[in-house]
Parts: sequence; structure tokens; C-alpha cells
Amino acid sequence: MSDDKPDAPANAGYDEWADALAEGGYYVECANGHGSLPPRRVCPECGSRELSAAPLPETGEVATFSEVHVAPSGFGEEPPYVTAIAEFGAVRLTGIVRGPSDRDIEVGAPVRADVADNEATGDRLVVFRPV
Amino acid sequence: MTGVRVAGVGLTPFGEHAGRTGRDLFAEAALSALDDAGVPSEDVEHLNYGNFMGALAERQGHQAPIMAEAAGLGCAATRYEEACASAGVAVREAVRAVRSGEADVLVAGGQERMTNLSTAEVTESLAVAADELFEVRAGVTFPGAYALMARAYFEAYGGSREDLAEIAVKNHANAVPNEYAQYQREITVERALDSPEVASPLHLFDACPITDGASAVVLVSEEYATERNLDAPVAITGTGQGGDRAALQDRAHMARTPAAADAAAEAYADAGVAADAVEVAEVHDCFTIAEVLATESLGLFEPGEGIGAARRGDTARDGDVPVNLSGGLKAKGHPVGATGGSQIAEMTRLLRGDHPNSDAVTDATVGVTHNAGGTVASAVVHVLEVAR
Ligand SMILES: [Zn+2]
Repeated sequence: MSDDKPDAPANAGYDEWADALAEGGYYVECANGHGSLPPRRVCPECGSRELSAAPLPETGEVATFSEVHVAPSGFGEEPPYVTAIAEFGAVRLTGIVRGPSDRDIEVGAPVRADVADNEATGDRLVVFRPV
Repeated sequence: MTGVRVAGVGLTPFGEHAGRTGRDLFAEAALSALDDAGVPSEDVEHLNYGNFMGALAERQGHQAPIMAEAAGLGCAATRYEEACASAGVAVREAVRAVRSGEADVLVAGGQERMTNLSTAEVTESLAVAADELFEVRAGVTFPGAYALMARAYFEAYGGSREDLAEIAVKNHANAVPNEYAQYQREITVERALDSPEVASPLHLFDACPITDGASAVVLVSEEYATERNLDAPVAITGTGQGGDRAALQDRAHMARTPAAADAAAEAYADAGVAADAVEVAEVHDCFTIAEVLATESLGLFEPGEGIGAARRGDTARDGDVPVNLSGGLKAKGHPVGATGGSQIAEMTRLLRGDHPNSDAVTDATVGVTHNAGGTVASAVVHVLEVAR
């Protein structure tokens, strides 16, 4: 039971991946160069089981975003907040835009990926910081 | 392979049914479907039941046997869950059961109870259809996910909020005479544009409402219909299902829904029809942008052309291919787990001639239904034809 081992990851693979975003981050790369995110045993694009970790590009580019005005109950972030999908080379990430200019975000804007704590849920929160 | 006929259809009115249980809603729809079919309940061999969030909304799992009991069906029952496509899958599996010779008579449909929850609770419950790790934790809501797709579409092909508002206006107008619709009232483009923003670029009038309701259809083999001399002129001649990566971030193209295109290709091939044979469509417009993505995936429009269809009048009741004559999810309502069955019921009524909007499609013999789950990680398409 997780109650007995408070330090054990709740979602092994994902938790370590999210934590690593604080130091640049990584993604899963298959033998054929397809990108995906953990936990992963097999490449969802080609079925290759030869997977390794590759460093996430330092900056990504916003592909689409939305300013969300109605949040799920219990979700810590106070609406309105900006959720975006950003491209980091072979993978895209979904996160919340945080920073002085989060309301002025545009498609194509460069962002850096980072991780924060969602204090309401106790979950890790992927955040994008405009650069 | 035996043909499949829609022997009867049943719906509750869609809307707010304060205080009514899910089982009571489903029983109403199932009993009216059986009455419409003229099929005795003891002939029903299986119930295929769609439901998405009953474990959250009513704290009731294991709903299928409860629904069979409520509807007075003595048969076994199975619940299907593919988010908003749950009932579409339930219908598809019933079609396959008849075709395989396993069964001659099934009831398929679904039910959802939603208005007993607060908006925040519904938002939380619907978000369960998204990827928990990679989307929900990043604040992706159901409207938020379609907003991300809408902006990606605008970036790729152009389009405007006005184009989306025209879709809402059309579907509201279609719902006016539909006695089962949640909103039997017209809206204007101006009013849609001025409604509050829910998740940019989508506003409140781009979104379907929160709805209670149930749907049921009685599906029978052609042989059974002939033997019993049933009046069942509408056949389900094609069925298809497609899948995709669950999270929007992992899709090849965020402004297209290949799962629906795959489902359509399979359903068209199954029925032996081409996209240009489709004369009327009921599609999954949980948000206005979803109708655009649906009609393009069905091959009714090229990618980038669907956005202007309502503005041009192509999808209007007097257009080339009327879309969502029922009012669609937008105005008829979207009791999530019931919607796929409701589309079959509405298309059957449209083709049989007993729908209040049948006068818009008096000569139509080929209709298509499109039911999508989540941001279209699941899609089910059916072709319905008037058997002659
Ligand atoms: Zn690969």
C-alpha cells in the first residue's frame, strides 16, 4: 500500500519524468527516432521495443492553447488559466503557461518546460514558462 | 450475413429530469422502443447498454443488469463504455451480434444522468475521458480540449468564431420542432458571439448543454422482421469504428480526427456506399468545432472546407446534406452515454418519415451517424438506409 511507503512514486515512470523537467527533462526515443512519453514499454508509432531516454529540447514552441474559465472541481489552479500544447522536437507536451506574459501567449511562442506542485491535488503539474 | 433492421426507437425527452433515477430514464426509453417496434420483451436476447459516468453521478457501477431489470428484460446485459461514444459502440456490437447469427433481437442504447451534479462536478467527471496523466493534470477540461482543437484548426485552415456561431444557430433552429430536444428555441449569431467565454476561443454557445436522458433502439434480423411482419423500413447497412492516441498532444494532426475518418471508411465500405451518397447526417457536435471535424472526417467536405459549411448553407435543412436535423448535441442535448443511441433513433425517424424534420429529407434513402468519444480517440460511424 502506498500509505506504508510514502516515498514510493504513485505513477512510476511518469512521476520521475515530470520531476526531471526541473532539470531540462527527457523523452522516450525508439530505435526509429519516434518520440513518446513514459511510462512506455513499446513505441506507439512503430512497435519498437528498443527504447531509450533522450534529452528534451531546451525550448519548445506553442502549437495551440486555451484560456480555461471553468476548472474541474478540486483542481488547484484558479481559473482563468492557460493550458497549452507545445512541441519539443519529437514530442508534444501539455501544460499550464506560467509567467508574466501568460495572457499574451501566441501560437509559435517559445516556452521552456518545468514542473510545479499542484498543492490542491498533490499531483505534479507540467508548466510552460515563456522565454 | 443477415441484414439488420431498426424495428423500433425510443427516447426520453433530453433535458433536466430532476429527481429521476437513471434506471427510470432508461426504462422509459426502452419501453417506448419496444412499443414502437411491436416486439415482445421476452424476445429480446441481450441488452447492449451505454453509460459513461454513472459510477460518479449516481455512485452506481454494474449498471447493465439494473437497466435490463428496470426495462423488464429478462435477458443478460452488457455495459459499453467509450466516453461519449458509449452507446454508439453498444449499437455497433448489437449489429455485429445480429450479423453473426448469435441473436435475432437486441435492445441497444444508453443513459446518462448529469444535472444532479454541479457544473464543476460535471467538468471533473467529463475530464475523466481525457488522459489523466498528460491532460487532466495540466488542466485540460472537455471544453478546453475542443478549444485546443479549434485553435489548431483556425491556425491550419483559417475560420472564425462567426463560422462556429453559424453552426450553433443552425442546430438550434433544427431543434425547435423536436419534442425531445433540450433547447427548442432559436438563437442568433450575435447572441452566440456575446455569450461568456468558456475556454478560448470557445464560448458558452459553442458548447452542448448538461443533459439527463436515455435512448434505446430495438435491432432485429431481417428474418425476424419478415417472420413477424414488422414495419421496419430502415436498415443499418454499415458500421465502422476507429481509434487514436488518447491525448491530443500525441495526435499526428490536432485539427483532424482520423479515428472518425477510419470509422467512416469502414462503415462506407461495409454498406457499399461512397461519401457522396450520403444525403443526411447526424454528427457528434459536442462543440461547434466538433461538427466541422466530423463532417470533414465523414468525407462530406475537404479538410478546411467544413468550417464554412453552415455559413454557406450546405448543411442547413435545405442544403446539400442537412446535418443535425435533430438539433444535434448542441441543441438537442448530450446525455453522454445515451447520445450514440439517440443518433440512431433520430436518423431512423428522419428516414422513416415520422420525424418533425423529415420534410427536409423526403427523398433521402442514405443517412450517416457519427458518434465520438473524448477528443475522438474513439469514433463510431453507422450507415442507415431505407430498405426498398
Ligand atoms: Zn517508433
